Amino acid sequence: MLSDKKELSGITLIILFGVLSPILFPNYRIQLSELWIFMVFASTWNIQGGKMGYNSFGNIIFFGLGMYLCASTQIAYAFDLAEWTAAGGVKTFVHTASQYFIGLPLGLIIAGLVPALIAGFLGSLILGLRGHYFAICTLGIGIAAGEFATSVSIWGGGQGMTVPVWPKVDGQDLDFLGGGMNFFYTLSFLLFVSTFFTLRWLFSTRFGLILTAIRDNEDKAEAMGIPTMRYKVTGWVFSAFFMGIAGGIYGNINGYIEPTEVAFAGATFGVYMVLMTILGGKGTLWGPIIGALVFQVFKEFFWTFFLGWQLVALGFLIIVIVVFFPEGIMGWLRQKKPAWFGEVVDSKARLAQVKINTND
Amino acid sequence: MTNILEVNNVSKFFGGVKANEDISLNIKQGSIVGLIGPNGSGKTTLFNSIVGTHPIDKGSIKFEGQELSTMLVDKIATLGLLRTFQQTKIYGQMSCMMNMKISKKVSNDYSRIFDKLPKELDEEAEQILSFVGLYEKRNLRAGELSFGQQKLLELAMALMNKPKMLMLDEPTAGINPTLINGIIDRLIKINDKYKITLFVIEHNMRVVMNLAQHIFCMAHGKMLANGKPAEIKNDKRVIDAYLGAH
Amino acid sequence: MILLQAPFLNLQALLDGVMVGSIFALVAYGMALVWGVMNIINVAQGEYVILGGYITFGIYKLGVSPIYGMPFSFLFLFILGYILYRLIVFRVVDKDMFISILATFGISIMIQQFMNMFFGSQVETALTGLGTIFFFDGNITIALVKVFSFVISILGAIAVIYFMRVSKLGRAIRATAQNPRAARILGVDTEKVYAYTYAINAGLCGLAGSLVAMTYTLHPYIGLPYTVRSFMIVIIAGLGNIPGVLVSGLGLGAIEEFSAYLIGSEFRIGVIFSLLVIILVYRSKKLAKKREYLK
Repeated sequence: MLSDKKELSGITLIILFGVLSPILFPNYRIQLSELWIFMVFASTWNIQGGKMGYNSFGNIIFFGLGMYLCASTQIAYAFDLAEWTAAGGVKTFVHTASQYFIGLPLGLIIAGLVPALIAGFLGSLILGLRGHYFAICTLGIGIAAGEFATSVSIWGGGQGMTVPVWPKVDGQDLDFLGGGMNFFYTLSFLLFVSTFFTLRWLFSTRFGLILTAIRDNEDKAEAMGIPTMRYKVTGWVFSAFFMGIAGGIYGNINGYIEPTEVAFAGATFGVYMVLMTILGGKGTLWGPIIGALVFQVFKEFFWTFFLGWQLVALGFLIIVIVVFFPEGIMGWLRQKKPAWFGEVVDSKARLAQVKINTND
Repeated sequence: MTNILEVNNVSKFFGGVKANEDISLNIKQGSIVGLIGPNGSGKTTLFNSIVGTHPIDKGSIKFEGQELSTMLVDKIATLGLLRTFQQTKIYGQMSCMMNMKISKKVSNDYSRIFDKLPKELDEEAEQILSFVGLYEKRNLRAGELSFGQQKLLELAMALMNKPKMLMLDEPTAGINPTLINGIIDRLIKINDKYKITLFVIEHNMRVVMNLAQHIFCMAHGKMLANGKPAEIKNDKRVIDAYLGAH
Repeated sequence: MILLQAPFLNLQALLDGVMVGSIFALVAYGMALVWGVMNIINVAQGEYVILGGYITFGIYKLGVSPIYGMPFSFLFLFILGYILYRLIVFRVVDKDMFISILATFGISIMIQQFMNMFFGSQVETALTGLGTIFFFDGNITIALVKVFSFVISILGAIAVIYFMRVSKLGRAIRATAQNPRAARILGVDTEKVYAYTYAINAGLCGLAGSLVAMTYTLHPYIGLPYTVRSFMIVIIAGLGNIPGVLVSGLGLGAIEEFSAYLIGSEFRIGVIFSLLVIILVYRSKKLAKKREYLK
């Protein structure tokens, strides 16, 4: 747990960065939006993987589902979804401003709630699995979801579908907050901020501690009377909610949705969220945030300068992280600067003898 | 004196192995009862059967009149029946204080799971840690404690949960011999002051004889003998079971 | 129901299924080997298979019959596996299994992109020129290359099992699998054992890949389904269960073929992964009745 002062400076930095970066780096607004989305990826994955010790390769399904559901709601609010997909979407249909700005929040709400419900149901089935079985099972779900989405024709099947575009007024983009790019950047940033504060609260409650207890010794937790399933599933519901909304936002930023590369991107985003959290330090509140930042920087670097070899570079990075920095940046920091964490290396406590006072 | 625990004709098989065969015993509320027997006699299996770690194949187990054999582990624990483990189970990455605070018995209703841990817990945790002698080590990670110290932590965590009955699996194994008298003193106090019934598996005969008011002896999965410590000490069958177990 | 009304379709699916399943079983045996000996789930398994396939394809492109590619595929992957072990895998052997999953995943995506660069992203096959035989007035077709693959898979599996039984290295591997510490005390160089085990697994994948190249198709990114299939087979059969691996492999092949006929082959991947989930959930619910869980 970072000391309060350090945490306050961290929060201030994030807010400053969030507000100023689109102004300072307008050409990178998409990457910046992606950065906040990545932070949501990593922070929510951390609930299962970091805090609870359940490594999930399937959290992406909530992202993908949220993406499709949000877009579908946005479209279906004004038009017929099947017709939209058949006629190439934005090429034929145009949303008015009022249709757009009612459809979108509706879509985001559904994108949050439906995955949360599904997490509740699915979780009760598969959160009984442990360790690598859980990991591989969620991998299976992640990939199967993408494959089956490929066959849903109302969503455009393998071709995917387009997402409604930012409404125009008299041929110009509607000037609300400076246009669609700024609007969705703001949404991404706000989503991240709400995720962060929700998780910060969650981890400060008994709920958060029980997640850690489950990680350290699930059998003991049960033996002490804790109904672990309840906590596992509820944690997943939280993740699903934020991931779903993230999906809805990302679909709008990307402009189109493709089942296995964009929505249920298990082999990319699904794995990135794991890597970012490990890179930053799993189990901590700030680890995923730092990890997402560092990862996004590396990724942009690789994709720009190593195009064609970027996956090789990524694979190499994964191996380096996993072999040499399994505790991540936060873990490394903890070793070097325990004072930042309010931890005092107490050798006195280590050397103390056990003393039972029989007069007690 | 009522029976707080009634075990009737319990059997548990693992494939062809009869780990527990037709075990019956009663434990009076407020008493300290010992369970002895050579290695492999089925003592820990019996413990596991009682607290629901595995289902039993035959028989019935009643705790305060409630049938346990169909209940799951966490439900049984909420009834007030706790056990400690032979191979200690603690939350290794968390501090001793955290281990304690998490062990407090609270409601797991959805309306309560997001409550914060109250400040008063700290004081209660420190008190109990002090009681078992771990006060100085309270901020260390539980995983850094020695095996014997972890046993004490487990005892403390169980006390934090305020059980009605505590089943201890070899509580003094791995503990510094000079500390054992302290442990015996603590266990007697727990039973006397907090009125917690104790059911203790032990290999250390000195401990059992000084602690238990009644002793059950198992061998080869079956109940061999039971009685007061003095009777058991001189019981030929018990002596043979231990000597013959080589 | 369509299955009952078309006995030839059933038989065709069954035969095709068993023949492709034998390749799955071979790969699964390798995965079980590495899992059992080193407690590592090799996520790069499928990539080793495809790479082995590309080696044979390369031989085929040089004008030689791909059948002669088999030993090259085996050898190339054997050596690659050994090198990868000594460079990377040895660092994660004694760590959390999840770490090894991620590390081998890293290896897998590196290999994927290498294959994409060297061999391109179009689908390839290495033609053997072995004919097809027909039964029942052409209602059943059996591509002889599939029969060939089946035979080689079985022979390959038998060869490895025999090697494990009889050779010094084989015995060292089995000893290490049972108790690494004891093996070390008795003088077994466990690091060497691990390296050769990983290499043998890679070689087996290479051989399987060679068969895949001849019998089916290659593509840089279809490795993962092979990994998942072998994982599924291992968890159904159980780690030490060699005949179980064979039967499960053949069974999985059959299920895939039947589902391809029934709901279309574009769902093949979806079916595999869904099956994985169903099996795991079913297994865990069954164990939960005994208040246990999958370890």
